[in-house]
Amino acid sequence: MKKYTDLGKKDTRSGFGAGLASLGKTHPNVVALCADLIGSLKMEAFIEAHPERFVQVGIAEANMMGIAAGLTIGGKIPFTGTFANFSTGRVYDQIRQSIAYSGKNVKICASHAGLTLGEDGATHQILEDIGLMKMLPGMTVINTCDYNQTKAATIAIADHQGPVYLRFGRPVVPNFIPEDQPFVVGKALMLSPGSDVTIAATGHLVWEALQAAEVLEAQGISCEVINIHTIKPLDEEAILASVAKTGCLVSCEEHNVLGGLGESIARTLAQHHPCPQEFIGTQDTFGESGTPSQLMDKYGLNAAAIEKAALKAISRKNA
Amino acid sequence: MNQQPTLNDLVIQTRRDILRMVHQVNSGHPGGSLGCTEFFIALYHKIMKLNPGFSMDGIGEDVFFLSNGHISPVFYSTLARKGYFDVAELATFRKLDSRLQGHPTTHEGLPGIRMASGSLGQGLSVAIGAALAKKLNQDSHTVYALTGDGELQEGQNWEALMFAAAKKVDNLIAAVDLNGQQIDGSTDHVLAMGDLKAKFLAFGWEVVEVTQGNDVEAIISGYETAQSLLGKGKPVCVLLHTVMGHGVDFMMYTHAWHGKAPNDDQLAQALAQNPVTLGDY
Repeated sequence: MKKYTDLGKKDTRSGFGAGLASLGKTHPNVVALCADLIGSLKMEAFIEAHPERFVQVGIAEANMMGIAAGLTIGGKIPFTGTFANFSTGRVYDQIRQSIAYSGKNVKICASHAGLTLGEDGATHQILEDIGLMKMLPGMTVINTCDYNQTKAATIAIADHQGPVYLRFGRPVVPNFIPEDQPFVVGKALMLSPGSDVTIAATGHLVWEALQAAEVLEAQGISCEVINIHTIKPLDEEAILASVAKTGCLVSCEEHNVLGGLGESIARTLAQHHPCPQEFIGTQDTFGESGTPSQLMDKYGLNAAAIEKAALKAISRKNA
Repeated sequence: MNQQPTLNDLVIQTRRDILRMVHQVNSGHPGGSLGCTEFFIALYHKIMKLNPGFSMDGIGEDVFFLSNGHISPVFYSTLARKGYFDVAELATFRKLDSRLQGHPTTHEGLPGIRMASGSLGQGLSVAIGAALAKKLNQDSHTVYALTGDGELQEGQNWEALMFAAAKKVDNLIAAVDLNGQQIDGSTDHVLAMGDLKAKFLAFGWEVVEVTQGNDVEAIISGYETAQSLLGKGKPVCVLLHTVMGHGVDFMMYTHAWHGKAPNDDQLAQALAQNPVTLGDY
């Protein structure tokens, strides 16, 4: 299989900050908004270079979403920054009416998604945001896996017309996607071809999927690892092409199995290529306090869990 | 027939449009629409500086946001009679495949609409965003907005009010339709909001009161005052005292016609009080 090396651990949110700073130079219509979390979202570089294009809204996320919608009227491309929890559930109706239904070109950038937010606990660890956002007509939903991909995605969505939900996280994680890898919205990334099982992963679980594939390869099992960074629109073609070879699939996400990537893939498979699928994700539960790695282990979101799920999918295929 | 219609003719014809639209589909919100008819006519024919045609970005012209989207009948009639689309299209209000949805939307591409509204409390934030965009674009035109009074019970408004004052959004004039009524009764009965003028002042806004909010000349005069306060570091609020159902005697001074259409007899009676001026759609 194709090997990936950790180029040095970094947080995905810093990739967002770097991407935003880069857009500041290239895209004069990009405007950034934040609800009192500049440091957490790594927005300092953009703000320092372009103070006139930054709007500090204070702790008022509903107002932030409305202001972002209004800024598009006049040709601006607003990027909102706050935690994933406050970017979605707290402001769902504002996003639904003022952004999605109104067709506004707002980029909702959400950090600290999922369990890996860690010690702050369940109030802040949203595991339902992908589901909430993918149900909104016209909304593009992206969950990036490392620093380089988050930076590339941040830059790419500025040129994508329409509302986008960009999900990333807090912890430092391996950075392994090549810096020059182009980010194409809606196009899955083939990480490693294989023939026995497809592992389709998004976000922080992509690295874990690659680790699981290495262990399985040593046991003579060939895994095809695909990175589904864009959950909506889903690259159905890539998924179907892969299961046509492998005949089974494991979906991996740091999100509730209800409403996430796995269910989107299951719908595609049910319609076009029914085959065994196993679901790595949280099992309809809230999170809790702990370190990111403790939480990922406790809730079964790691390489070991993916390995087991892959073996189970293969055995169901062969049953 | 090249004469400009008088503002009074426009007001009366718009009332007829509102009544006929809601009657035809036996749904919609005539009360608040009638109460704001004089405001809409003054706004679109005297107060705002508008470019011909419609562009979503509204660069180089004034723009308006309706936050209390349920008074869509008066908005649609005003836009049609101003020339944004054919008045004949008013007959499609609330019907299948119409651009004139129950609540205003950009989704069907109706010219004149820049955001969807209906779920209350969101319009002021959007108007502030558009005002910030005008400042970034060095566009000296003004952003206008209208909210209901009952709508101020939604918390997002107070986030927006705080922001607009703190960030000196002084190219914005936001009106509140003070008709004192909401679905379940009077605003004082449902959730009394106290002294709104004092609240706006305490939040750092300039406040202009128009006590005769159903008098076109009084509205225009109030807005001249409001415009004179722009560009001085504070957002401007116009408290517009209106009567829900204005212009139809049996619909006035009650919340009963907030979201109820007249029957055939009631329509005939209401139209008789407002004889045709510009021709029905």
